[in-house]
Amino acid sequence: MGVETLSAIVEFDSVGLRYGTGAEVLRDLNFRLSKGGFYFLTGPSGAGKTSLLKLLYLAQRPTRGRVGLFSEELSDVGRVDLPYFRRRIGVVFQDFRLIRHLSAFDNVALPLRIAGRSEAEIEGPVREMLAWVGLADRASARPATLSGGEQQRVAIARAVITQPDLLVADEPTGNVDHDMAQRLLHLFTALNRLGTTIVVATHDLGLIASAPGAQLMRLENGQLSDPTGSLRNPPRRPVPEAS
Amino acid sequence: MLGWLTAPAPERRLLSEGRLRGPTLYVIAIMTFAMVVVAAAGLGLSNAAGIVARGVESRFVIQAEDSSSLPKVLQVVRSVPGVRTAEPVPEAEMRKTLERWLGPGGLSDDLPVPALVNVDLAPGTDSGAVGRRVEQASPGVRFVAHGQVVRPLLKSLRVLQWLALALVALMAVATSAVVVLAARGAFDTHRSTIDIMHGLGATDQQVTNLFQRKIAVDAFLGALAGGIAAALALIVLGGSASALAGDLAGGPPLTAGDLVILALLPIGAVVLAALVARAAVLSALRQSL
Repeated sequence: MGVETLSAIVEFDSVGLRYGTGAEVLRDLNFRLSKGGFYFLTGPSGAGKTSLLKLLYLAQRPTRGRVGLFSEELSDVGRVDLPYFRRRIGVVFQDFRLIRHLSAFDNVALPLRIAGRSEAEIEGPVREMLAWVGLADRASARPATLSGGEQQRVAIARAVITQPDLLVADEPTGNVDHDMAQRLLHLFTALNRLGTTIVVATHDLGLIASAPGAQLMRLENGQLSDPTGSLRNPPRRPVPEAS
Repeated sequence: MLGWLTAPAPERRLLSEGRLRGPTLYVIAIMTFAMVVVAAAGLGLSNAAGIVARGVESRFVIQAEDSSSLPKVLQVVRSVPGVRTAEPVPEAEMRKTLERWLGPGGLSDDLPVPALVNVDLAPGTDSGAVGRRVEQASPGVRFVAHGQVVRPLLKSLRVLQWLALALVALMAVATSAVVVLAARGAFDTHRSTIDIMHGLGATDQQVTNLFQRKIAVDAFLGALAGGIAAALALIVLGGSASALAGDLAGGPPLTAGDLVILALLPIGAVVLAALVARAAVLSALRQSL
């Protein structure tokens, strides 16, 4: 297919996306994400960050261009095979998307259950993950009884519990305090060291500045601001946001 | 193949807050009740038609304008191979029968009463040959099959039997439609859960199993209730129906095989509901990525 390269986990080639008959929200995206890389995605509100993330976590197919993922071109992948790709991707949604009638434990355990793990294999890792995000004592709580920050931590725990090959997070620290944001960043960094490719869409400049090894992607009006597709390291200090 | 029936509790909890257990259960109970009762009626009619048909297939009647020709006719017909019995109907019995129609004063002595001879043939006897022998022996005499007389009745019974079958089929279609609506309603209710599960890598099969199991449980409970109610109704009706059927056709209204068929109907309703639910949910899922 030509998209595969040795180190690329994601490759976009002339990718465009439009919803229905509207204007393109993403245009001519050309970039590669290296396996094991750590990327921040920034840009003003409405620039298309969430749409780009949707393409990454396979909630949308591009309306044009080619997307390569895990060395496969997605246009060659049938609907029935997409779930197996999704299981290799962890997603932290901006609105958490927890199942409201399940406990925090069951929400975090859900990806493992979907992957077919036995209850014996699930119990330990889920308890450990909940403890890591500071929710060990809220395992049986339902999302409605959790604060926004707690819900976000449950969502993050759910996204990383399977140690995915690719973690996509949309404003993962939007509802947590600075300390928790730093802890979550450390969690992402630890995962990244284990080989997980991380893509974080954020407006949190402090978070970006806290991860100096990460690379920065900036979207404006549906296009990467650097049309060559070469990604840049973020600055050492916060930069002003356009929005 | 039936793995969808045996999900662990955590998976069952995924749809636990849905209000699936509502109209579906009651509609399936009512449909099952109606299906079993109508099917029982259809099978009973079929049996009655069969018994009547078998009862008259070897019975014939010789009709003569009066009794003058009867001795010769009787002599001839009794000599034909395959004729088991040939018994004339007494004139008094004929008059008694006619009185039922004409009234006590309507039957005067000078009114000619036809003479009849009931004839039973052995199985396999050529009734046409017997008839020709009888009619040759005494022109003007008619050799009539009982089956010809009751043919309209048998035809009506067969029509009713097919009508019952059609009603059962229509109720099955209606049950399927209810299940489709229930499945789509449940699908919409749990749309966010489904989207999340899909996002986490759940296959269509995994999502479908959740709904199929839930609707199958509802259908099972409904079919059980409907089946029990129908069984009670048939037991209550059974006594009088058996007596009536015995009088009319000389046999029980339902055979053991019929009871097995009736017992299988609720099971069929559950299987149908599960399959229809599966198809409905899969169809809805295919519209998403």
